[in-house]
Amino acid sequence: MSGDNVSALQLVLSGDPELFAIVWLSLEVSLSAVFLAAVIGVPIGAAIALNRFPGRETTIVILNALMGLPPVVVGLAIYLLLSRSGPLGEFGLLFTPEAMVIAQILLVAPIIAALARQTIEDLWMEYHDELAAMNVGPFARIATLIWDARFSLVTALLAGFGRAAAEVGSILIVGGNIKGFTRTMTTAIALETSKGDLVLAIGLGMVLIAIVVIINALAWGVRRAGEHYAG
Amino acid sequence: MKPMRAPAADLPLTFDEVSVRARGVTILDRIKLTLDAGLPTILIGPNGSGKTTLLRVAMGLLAPSGGRITWGGREHASPDRRAILFQRPAMLRRSAAGNIRYALSAAGVPRAERAARVDALLTEVGLAGLAKRPARRLSGGEQQRLALARALALDPAVLFLDEPTASLDPAATKGIEDIVRSVTARGVKVVMSTHDLGQAKRLAGDVMFLHRGRLIEHSPAEDFFAAPRSEEAHKFIAGDLLV
Repeated sequence: MSGDNVSALQLVLSGDPELFAIVWLSLEVSLSAVFLAAVIGVPIGAAIALNRFPGRETTIVILNALMGLPPVVVGLAIYLLLSRSGPLGEFGLLFTPEAMVIAQILLVAPIIAALARQTIEDLWMEYHDELAAMNVGPFARIATLIWDARFSLVTALLAGFGRAAAEVGSILIVGGNIKGFTRTMTTAIALETSKGDLVLAIGLGMVLIAIVVIINALAWGVRRAGEHYAG
Repeated sequence: MKPMRAPAADLPLTFDEVSVRARGVTILDRIKLTLDAGLPTILIGPNGSGKTTLLRVAMGLLAPSGGRITWGGREHASPDRRAILFQRPAMLRRSAAGNIRYALSAAGVPRAERAARVDALLTEVGLAGLAKRPARRLSGGEQQRLALARALALDPAVLFLDEPTASLDPAATKGIEDIVRSVTARGVKVVMSTHDLGQAKRLAGDVMFLHRGRLIEHSPAEDFFAAPRSEEAHKFIAGDLLV
């Protein structure tokens, strides 16, 4: 076992091209999914935070529940949608990185929307009277709140990235784990472990953890800098 | 300084039998009043007498449950020329200058004019050296002055101040009072609540005395302090505990 660890480290440090292609694809898929999920989720969270409408409480409960969507179920749903005989089959997206991004957006957007809703609602309580007194219109209000909450919203994006980077169920189903095309760190680890090739699995595991730590450290730095700059 | 604008379209401000009720409690009880340009109107009365609610209704932030309000003869006038300083103002998560710039932008001041206005307003409230400081890291007195500058950025014809010096020391209080005098001199109508009778005497043109949601007295300051007409106001001025 310790021999495997040493070989894994050598594999990582040697810059093995296969390993780095896998790492790169994983980052591409997860970061794209987080970015697009933020574009969708933050305005949805803001809209729920600022508006009172019938069924609002139910919407919040459902949104919170969606944070725990099982990845394999999402994978299955997207599989059915994208498969040749499915409603979106004509686009030929199944077993492509795009399909993986779509599946991860579905997993990440509820997390970002639910956390953004809470953050923006808290800020809205604080700002409500001032913005009303300044006669700020509804769209400008949302823009103001998102802008002023931007450093707190980093936490929501991080939670979303954590989910995307760690999950294997949905992307395994809709991506197919095709070598050199849709093979990511998590799907490769699952495959190599079941095949018994622990060296590559351990190497990828080390890289995955390192990436998660680095991204969190960057986000922490951004947040601290932001608090220093904006209070 | 900014140019004087035409006489305010928001004045006179009139309350006609205005009531506010919430959850069965009457907060304002059939208030009738008229406010016009001139020296500051000072609103006094014990805690819970309805001062804050009266200011919020006058600002147009809270719709009355009964009666009607008109600004310059119009109902439902949008608050373009009114501004309010809340008792505990919220600081936007931006620099001191950024807070004022935001208000200028909300008031539709052209981008090219904003920088000069920001400087002028910060200087007016004595915060010129703190332009870049995050607003939430200013002291309580500095935040109060910044919020006042932000309210003035809207170029109001009527400025409502809700106990602006309640938690300030004498020096900071004097700073706020000086600003009240200078904006009054440029033709801004100030309507201000306070617990400080000395301050009321220093600033007031007229005094409104509110007790349990009713406007007990509204008279010129000299008359009010020399000879209050009501028993409650008499006690309040004498320093008796009015409960």
